[in-house]
Amino acid sequence: MDNNVSTLDCLPIGRQGRIMSLMSTGSQKRRMLDLGLVAGTTVEALHKSPSGDPVAYFIRGAVIALRSEDAQKIRIKYTLPQ
Amino acid sequence: MRFFKWSAGEAAKINASKPTMRAQNAKVIALAGNPNVGKSTVFNALTGMNQHTGNWAGKTVANAQGMYTYRNEDFVVVDMPGTYSLLSNSVEEEIARDFICFANPDLTVVVVDATCLERNLNLVLQILEITGRVVVCVNLMDEAEKKHIQIDLDRLSGLLGVPVVGTSARAKQGIDDLSEQIYRSAFKAEETERFELKYSAIIEDAIAILYPSVSEITDKTDPRWVSIKLLDSDDTLSRSLDAHLGFDITADAAMQAKMQQARQLLLAAGLETESLRDTMVSQIVATAEEIYGECVTAQRASCHARDRMLDRIFTARLTGIPIMLLFMGIIFWLTVTGANYPSSLLADGLFWIEAKLYILFEWLGAPWWVTGLFVSGMYRTLAWVVSVMLPPMAIFFPLFTLLEDAGYLPRIAFNMDKFFKKACAHGKQALTMCMGFGCNACGVVGCRIIDSPRERLIAMLTNNFVPCNGRFPTLIAIITMFFSGTVSNMILKSTVSTLMLTAVVVLGVVMTLLISKLLSKTILKGLPSSFALELPPYRRPQVGKVIVRSVMDRTLYVLGRAVCAAAPAGLVIWLMSNVTVADVSLLYYCTNFLDPFARLLGLDGVILMAFILGFPANEIVMPIIIMSYLSMGSMAEFDDLSQLFGLLSENGWTWITAVCTMLFSLMHFPCATTCWTIKKETQSLKWTVLAFAIPTVTGIAVCFIVANLCRLATLFLK
Repeated sequence: MDNNVSTLDCLPIGRQGRIMSLMSTGSQKRRMLDLGLVAGTTVEALHKSPSGDPVAYFIRGAVIALRSEDAQKIRIKYTLPQ
Repeated sequence: MRFFKWSAGEAAKINASKPTMRAQNAKVIALAGNPNVGKSTVFNALTGMNQHTGNWAGKTVANAQGMYTYRNEDFVVVDMPGTYSLLSNSVEEEIARDFICFANPDLTVVVVDATCLERNLNLVLQILEITGRVVVCVNLMDEAEKKHIQIDLDRLSGLLGVPVVGTSARAKQGIDDLSEQIYRSAFKAEETERFELKYSAIIEDAIAILYPSVSEITDKTDPRWVSIKLLDSDDTLSRSLDAHLGFDITADAAMQAKMQQARQLLLAAGLETESLRDTMVSQIVATAEEIYGECVTAQRASCHARDRMLDRIFTARLTGIPIMLLFMGIIFWLTVTGANYPSSLLADGLFWIEAKLYILFEWLGAPWWVTGLFVSGMYRTLAWVVSVMLPPMAIFFPLFTLLEDAGYLPRIAFNMDKFFKKACAHGKQALTMCMGFGCNACGVVGCRIIDSPRERLIAMLTNNFVPCNGRFPTLIAIITMFFSGTVSNMILKSTVSTLMLTAVVVLGVVMTLLISKLLSKTILKGLPSSFALELPPYRRPQVGKVIVRSVMDRTLYVLGRAVCAAAPAGLVIWLMSNVTVADVSLLYYCTNFLDPFARLLGLDGVILMAFILGFPANEIVMPIIIMSYLSMGSMAEFDDLSQLFGLLSENGWTWITAVCTMLFSLMHFPCATTCWTIKKETQSLKWTVLAFAIPTVTGIAVCFIVANLCRLATLFLK
């Protein structure tokens, strides 16, 4: 079992992860794919909103905020900080 | 959704498919790109038009068109809504896709963001699948440079096989090059050898099966692309394609056999519809990444440091919300304080003219009723509207636009999202709500950025709960007269006003959330849909330009609308107060009739009638109230707020009346323009009626409760 596998909503601020798969379906999944969230993409958790949700992520050169429900459906693997 | 039929998208599509301004022989240029890459800025720079721009994703919700002439040739530019891709089947994407492939533009200019090229290339690659008549405009080159991102444009052009032009549209740099390139490409007969995106071998095999039959049928549409879309079983596209070709391409027996064959092949490799699309998207993204890697060098670590620092201040747990309120407070404070002096100056001037007009009319020998109708009725109402409204708007709009231009609006949505989530509403509703502060009709149109029909309706039905600029002057005037008027210290006075106004606005936001929640639990049941909110880089606002543009476009527009509504209202009021039946004026009959009900709400007949007559535009509510009291003859002239306060007090206003008038101003039916817009956007009378009824019923209920509680309280305190 790999301890480094988690979902995006659990990624601590300042850490990076690599996307393994999307667990959402349909239009929700396509919307994520549009943003470049395909397997292998590196994502960094940047900062939380005042209430802790949503969280802003650095995705392919853009800053995108996702709600925890949506981030939960993205499986990632932690990568070491640079 | 069985509750309603959504068809604004359909209407928009019809608009998109035909450039309305098409001059003879003009070249049609489609302007496509991701949201918030400066498409509208490029559009303005090319056409010299002034479409409103703002630093947030999804601002352009309707197609704008503009014309320009270059080297004696006419060009029509059609600004597409911003989309991240053409694969997600949202309304905007359908509009953009159908325009690019079926309206046969002579050229498609894809505007991309130099600071975020990798994701933008995604869309470029998808458009290149449809057509080779493309020019890529890499915008925001100046910002990329500041962030130490270097882009090899020649290399990019070489890889994509289409011309690439670098621009900084805000600074008007590179626009000449772009015009020149558009000119050349639009008049070039043959297409260049463009980049062809290769999919995995198995998908390519499947495409090869369909390709020959498809290329026999399609005329101008790219056969390879149509083959890919047939494999993808994209329903919305098949519909558009059928409409374009005039027959159902999939009905053909030979074609069906081919498709069957191709699908079998893919299925054997484990690719059914969903996974096929995933694979294709992943391959597009991977290709974009590859091209990006070859053309761009960026010092990744440092390039976004400033934005991150600002975000840490503006969206942090401790400072995020207070700073938001502070910004709001500062804007209101500047508006309230700054508007006082020019307001009274304007009033002095305009009423001086009124006095001269009386003399003029007398000299001309006009009958008394002509003078009454035009001077006491029309001119005086107009003078009130202008002197009460113009100064606060001329201050509020530019300040608000500055925040918008700097990129702060999406941060408001980010900070407030949790509340909207709790109300089962869409996170982008915060953005449409902010637009509502300017104008509720604009806010309603802005709701198109929300994909889910349920959440879009919620956003539309509740938009009226935030006060628009037509209602701010009423609120400000009442606050100044009744709540801060007694404070003698000037600074303290404006602080009290600001706090009160902020409280009213916060109440509006709270009501928006409450009603959204209520709707989500009753007639618009459902869970919030997923969404991604882009937080664009902060930009230094172009102060001078913002001030000029917001005064010219927004302030004068809103003022013009108010004036158009005020002039006839002034006539009506004057007529009503001067046409008498059995020695009693019509106005008196009407207000008398409304009075008992209005009293229940803490108002009076005049106030309620002012709101009803103010249906064309909220701005004229206060002037109507004043005119009505005046015409009932208690006072002849006055020129500042303290005299106005005297007038209102004489007519029985107490602080309870003031509170209830403010509450009713915050919560009552939307103005005529907003209602009309809602009707247009929902294509449904039912939702328009609800949009009218919900705030009205809420307002009546709230006013009734507050008025009677306050009355009780004052009774007990005595």
